[in-house]
Amino acid sequence: MSRSLKKGPYIDIKLDSKVSQMNDNRKKTVIKTWSRRSMISPEFVGHTFAVHNGNKFVPVYVTENMVGHKLGEFSPTRTFRGHSGGKDKGSK
Amino acid sequence: MARIAGIDLPKNKRGEIGLTYIYGIGRASAQKILKEAGIDLNKKVQEWDDDELTKIRVSINESFKVEGALRSETQLNIKRLMDIGCYRGIRHRLGLPVRGQRTKNNCRTRKGKRKTVANKKKVTK
Repeated sequence: MSRSLKKGPYIDIKLDSKVSQMNDNRKKTVIKTWSRRSMISPEFVGHTFAVHNGNKFVPVYVTENMVGHKLGEFSPTRTFRGHSGGKDKGSK
Repeated sequence: MARIAGIDLPKNKRGEIGLTYIYGIGRASAQKILKEAGIDLNKKVQEWDDDELTKIRVSINESFKVEGALRSETQLNIKRLMDIGCYRGIRHRLGLPVRGQRTKNNCRTRKGKRKTVANKKKVTK
């Protein structure tokens, strides 16, 4: 079920303030974050986030199309390399 | 023969059912269209006259996206997911279920025919 519109999008407060600070200073650095649950807001576009996947930080460059998705969607938590002997069907 | 949105409708079916042969139109929207055109739901497709046909065409044109346009829209949505490289896009690329279903068994619609692995070890009890 999707989140109630009444509440608005969820963005980690700390992450949001960091981004707006960077936007004010016109700086661009990689932001390390564990907040996979944060929605990508339009202000995030053009920044790079290092999103934790439980093991390491995956760099995610945010583009316009990604607005509305969550940060965690771009940092896969599982590794699956295919079964032994199976044909390569989809190549990542 | 009634031809709407590039599709030949079956002659002998009731209008409500016949319209569902168009991609993007199901029972509910078929009923809505016929109601708007003021045609009885039980009237067969072959009994429609030209006047009624144009009415149907107009109302489909106005309020529905059907066939090619709808298909390409869906494809574009999927392509967008794949391009941004999010989890759902990756699942589309791999041809696996997208919405969190289990993949230990079943999921045959997405995964296709079973691929039997030769000499797979049997579990001994």
